[in-house]
Amino acid sequence: MKFTCLCQGGGFNFPPCHILNVSGFQVLFDCPLDLSALTVFSPLPNDFYKAICEENSDSQNRQKVEKPLDANDLIFAEPWYKTVNNLHLWNVSFIDVVLISSPMGMLGLPFLTRMEGFSAKIYITEAAARIGQLMMEELICMNMEYRQFYGAEESSGPQWMKWEELELLPSALRKIALGEDGSELGGWMPLYSAAHVTDCISKVQTLRFGEEACYNGILIIKAFSSGLDMGACNWIISGAKGNIAYISGSNFASGHAMDFDYRAIQGSDLILYSDLSSLDSTEDIDQSSFSDDNNNWEELINSLSNYDESVEEMEKLAFICSCAIDSVKAGGSVLIPINRVGVFLQLLEQIAIFMECSSLKIPIYIISSVAEELLAYTNTIPEWLCKQRQEKLFSGDPLFAHVKLIKEKKIHVFPAVHSPKLLMNWQEPCIVFSPHWSLRLGPTIHLLRRWSGDHNSLLVLENEVDAELAVLPFKPISMKVLQCSFLSGKKLQKVQPLLKILQPKLVLISSTESHIFSDVTSFSVSHYSENETIHIPSLKESAELEIAADIASKFQWRMLKQKKMNITRLKGRLFVNHGKHQLLPENEPGGSSQTRPFLHWGSPDPENLLAELSKMGINGSVERCMTDAESEDGFTVKVQDPEKSMIEVRAAVTVISAADKNLASPIVKAMENILEGI
Amino acid sequence: MAIDCLVLGAGQEVGKSCVVVTINGKRIMFDCGMHMAYNDHRQYPDFSRISKSCDFNNAIDCIVITHFHLDHIGALPFFTEICGYNGPIYMTYPTRALAPIMLEDYRKVLVDRRGEVEQFTSDHIAECMKKVIAVDLKQTVQVDKDLQIRAYYAGHVLGAAMFYAKVGDSAMVYTGDYNMTPDRHLGAARIDRLQLDLLITESTYATTVRDSKYAREREFLKAVHKCVAGGGKVLIPAFALGRAQELCILLDDYWERMNLRVPIYFSAGLTIQANMYYKMLISWTSQKVKETYNAFDFKNVHNFDRSLIDAPGPCVLFATPGMLTGGFSLEVFKHWAPSEMNLITLPGYCLAGTIGNKLMSGNPTIELEGTKIDVRCQIHQLAFSPHTDGKGIMDLVKFLSPQHVILVHGEKPKMATLKERIQSELGIKCYDPANNESMCIPSTHYVKAGASDAFIRSCMNPNFQFLKSGSEEKSVSGSKCTEGTLPLWIKDERVAEGILVLEKSEKAKVVHQDELLLMLGEKRHEVQFAYCCPVNVDELEKFTTTSLTPTARMLRDPNKSSLIRLLVAKLSRKLSEGNIQDFGEHLQVESFHLSVCLKDTCPYRITNGLEDKPRTAFVCCTWSAADDKLARKIISAMENRDLVET
Repeated sequence: MKFTCLCQGGGFNFPPCHILNVSGFQVLFDCPLDLSALTVFSPLPNDFYKAICEENSDSQNRQKVEKPLDANDLIFAEPWYKTVNNLHLWNVSFIDVVLISSPMGMLGLPFLTRMEGFSAKIYITEAAARIGQLMMEELICMNMEYRQFYGAEESSGPQWMKWEELELLPSALRKIALGEDGSELGGWMPLYSAAHVTDCISKVQTLRFGEEACYNGILIIKAFSSGLDMGACNWIISGAKGNIAYISGSNFASGHAMDFDYRAIQGSDLILYSDLSSLDSTEDIDQSSFSDDNNNWEELINSLSNYDESVEEMEKLAFICSCAIDSVKAGGSVLIPINRVGVFLQLLEQIAIFMECSSLKIPIYIISSVAEELLAYTNTIPEWLCKQRQEKLFSGDPLFAHVKLIKEKKIHVFPAVHSPKLLMNWQEPCIVFSPHWSLRLGPTIHLLRRWSGDHNSLLVLENEVDAELAVLPFKPISMKVLQCSFLSGKKLQKVQPLLKILQPKLVLISSTESHIFSDVTSFSVSHYSENETIHIPSLKESAELEIAADIASKFQWRMLKQKKMNITRLKGRLFVNHGKHQLLPENEPGGSSQTRPFLHWGSPDPENLLAELSKMGINGSVERCMTDAESEDGFTVKVQDPEKSMIEVRAAVTVISAADKNLASPIVKAMENILEGI
Repeated sequence: MAIDCLVLGAGQEVGKSCVVVTINGKRIMFDCGMHMAYNDHRQYPDFSRISKSCDFNNAIDCIVITHFHLDHIGALPFFTEICGYNGPIYMTYPTRALAPIMLEDYRKVLVDRRGEVEQFTSDHIAECMKKVIAVDLKQTVQVDKDLQIRAYYAGHVLGAAMFYAKVGDSAMVYTGDYNMTPDRHLGAARIDRLQLDLLITESTYATTVRDSKYAREREFLKAVHKCVAGGGKVLIPAFALGRAQELCILLDDYWERMNLRVPIYFSAGLTIQANMYYKMLISWTSQKVKETYNAFDFKNVHNFDRSLIDAPGPCVLFATPGMLTGGFSLEVFKHWAPSEMNLITLPGYCLAGTIGNKLMSGNPTIELEGTKIDVRCQIHQLAFSPHTDGKGIMDLVKFLSPQHVILVHGEKPKMATLKERIQSELGIKCYDPANNESMCIPSTHYVKAGASDAFIRSCMNPNFQFLKSGSEEKSVSGSKCTEGTLPLWIKDERVAEGILVLEKSEKAKVVHQDELLLMLGEKRHEVQFAYCCPVNVDELEKFTTTSLTPTARMLRDPNKSSLIRLLVAKLSRKLSEGNIQDFGEHLQVESFHLSVCLKDTCPYRITNGLEDKPRTAFVCCTWSAADDKLARKIISAMENRDLVET
């Protein structure tokens, strides 16, 4: 078994990407896009003339002098998209299985599926596939604006990718474009088309939580809720030689998605720990409370499933809402770029409640080409949601409040900023949810330009975005910017108690997180780092074999005296089915009468042999072998009676020479009596 | 190993489905239904048969409910709240959402209309539902360490599921009610090909074979249209959930197409509210409904008000309950039945004893609470049903090919017919136990052992066998190769051969034989035979002349390779088995190895007196003990002795 981390990713929107080689199959985990890299591009210019002017003057002015970044340093071109660079080093035709853990992990998938030779089986949960598809369609729709503005791309590749242009980029932008070590330029791709997405989706096999998918009869693949987002999951891959669990960013108590199902992962032999969300957190781990001798089970479980986290998350939402209310009260508008689907839906609910409380009548607009479908879809997936939402189904209420709010015309959904209905309906101040969180794509750009000068307005960003860079092209900005962070994985202090409960034999964890385990003895830990292949020892020495009762009933046991063991020959047909090895009876049990042993061992003794022979009425004499140098303990028995024959005994072989079959078979029997055999 | 199966309900009848199955020590109750036709003790399954002491928590590991119909879930609140069962209950999400509505509706009918004593209260229903664990389709649920269950789509009603249960190596499926053809809002039953010891299937329409349902739908629409066109009122008594939605999709669609303005009503808020559930659970409906946006937002459907009963003008009304057992549908029936302008549609199946059943048998007058009702309206019986027909049952049984089949939920004579068919046509053992009967069925068991890599690898090794299709022309020798145009049969039946080792206090292990010696620390000791066989060259040539080419005959002096070639030719003719291989210097058949012996005194040359004969060559043969039989045949062929079998 081998494991290679292709990319550690970066938070919620850019999950990690790995390749695992198990039972001879290559399994790829996730295929994300680094959309935060979009910030190197300039947002769609307001007017064409200005853009051209800037571009011309730009190339003259740009010099290798480090000055503070300004909007003109950005790349004026149709954005390209940054894929996982290391994935391009692998031959896609050798990938057998692709497991996608979240909608975000799916965004780069069409780049993979459109490649020649790609034939892997792709497994995604039903909800993640649907939401992921909508996200991809939205990306294409938003990118279209640029394509229309800049026109078709030159065949030689974009201007900005030329080395001389890249050289001129300010170092901060160059680092994004080329990566730390300057090797990542190859990861950039122009966006896929709608046809590529359709083709990609048609190659996907969707799963439900806990559904068993059998790959090639050998691997059983199951998805279990990770709690991160609707449809986001962890994976269990089991085969005849043990279980492997892949843990992606997981959340114990979510306000929307089904909670992290850690019980399903319990008892896995190997854990590939890929929840790297706590990478840059500076939390202190209280080692004393989780040292190895603390094995109080209940305490451990309690420490995991306390609900502080969900309370904390709700407090964050409430804070955003109260800030939003303050802004609209002051006459400003609020722009909330849609980032996480679950958080977006929760915010909708909360803001509506806050407005109700402060008896405000401010319209909420959702401007997105896929919002209508997304909102309708999220109300039909109770199986993927948290307990509280499922209770709503059972009591006959809509799963999310947006259904009611749309009906009451408190929320208005439009596909684009230029929708005629929106223009008719438009009212300010207002609260707008729209894509994209990078502030480089979608309706957000237009609204941000409109409100950036208004000091009463509010922009809500997530911490994962480099806010300084993101708002750069909109400067000077007097609008308030609120940055918040939501959980995109387990908190650091929960990792160790979790792993203690899961009781694996081996845990693979990123070397950057190695400090989590200071003194663990209950399982061994290996560390991985980017683009480095590590070999994992076999989990079990032997594969589980199921032997049909029909075969077992015909066993002929032989007791080996000196070793105190029983042995029997076993014959059948081996079936590898649904991850199991089964030995079933042969179709035509022809040679069932063969009870004679084929395998002998031991060293025959001449006295014993003569005695056995004489029991069968065969008499002979022993001659020590002199001729052969190699056969020191060899001897020969010459038989005269009843017929002439010879038995030649050497260290590893006995040769019987008898003309008559009727004489040969008792001699063989005599040999078998003095040898061990099966 | 065996599966014990106790049929507490729906044995040779329809109603109060309940089967308790024990697999390898785990006890599962499938469905917990009530019988709608009885009001006495017969309406519930006889739970005392599960446990004499009524300690159900220890007697049963879990309950599985297939769908929300009362004959499958009606006794559940009674069993949990009054009998005291506290263990887990599994049902699908839609069933979990809709079951309380069905139970509450039933309880109300019982208390409000019939004035009977309720068997359970609203609180009982709520408490009971708290014990439910909702499951998704195909989700493998680990009930405990050993017991696994999984739901499969069954059609029938929203959320109906067939359940697979597995303990150890024994597995079974309980179908509940299912439909093998899609209807207006639900898909057809879908299940994986599973290895099953037992299949318990419903058999409501054991002997019916239905034709296309489109004709039957048209018939229904025509009858309704004709009635409303003539100014009549249409009463459709239906369960609040399921049938009502299906017919409503049908009618709404038809109204749209025909541009009809006649109102369609739902009695009470019940079914409108039910549509809310259907919208959230749209992923459980058919593909077609899923694709149509807002399938359950009916444009022509309104709420019904009691005052509208005697209002003039045509209308269509959906009212509960389905079989006119009481409640609002019966009330409306009393008003509308006497007019011949009106129409009443009845479901395909009405329980004996209900008004619906009496109407179906063509009773012109119905006696109700002392008053006689003169039924003069038209009656249309719906010919489509959410149950599979006999062909569907046969298809499912054939598809799953279980070791045994048990039929439940059907009528006795029809079940007997189906049982015969399953046994004779599919060769599968089939039973139709009556209520409270118990069955014991043998089940699969595997012996578990660890298998070494070397063993697994050796099993994967190709095991080619080349069989010549014609027995006359044996063209193996080099000179004849070009003529070997006969097709060669290649067989690759891989045989797994190994050794099972059982050591004290260690897990049984299967190893390859080479590994065994390593484990024992011993070396292999081969037992071989050797024989130096005289061959008469003249005779050999005479024998093979006919088939030899002149070039071969020219080699007068028997050198090694020509002698081998002669022998190969001869043996090919005489030997029916084995694959003779000519290596020039020697020939080989399985482990039998033959080469020309040029030694003057070979230790294996046992026979005397032949040396002097002219043109006698010697060939040295060795073979292992396993191929002794074959070797003796070859030798006697070479020595021109007829083999005497001993």
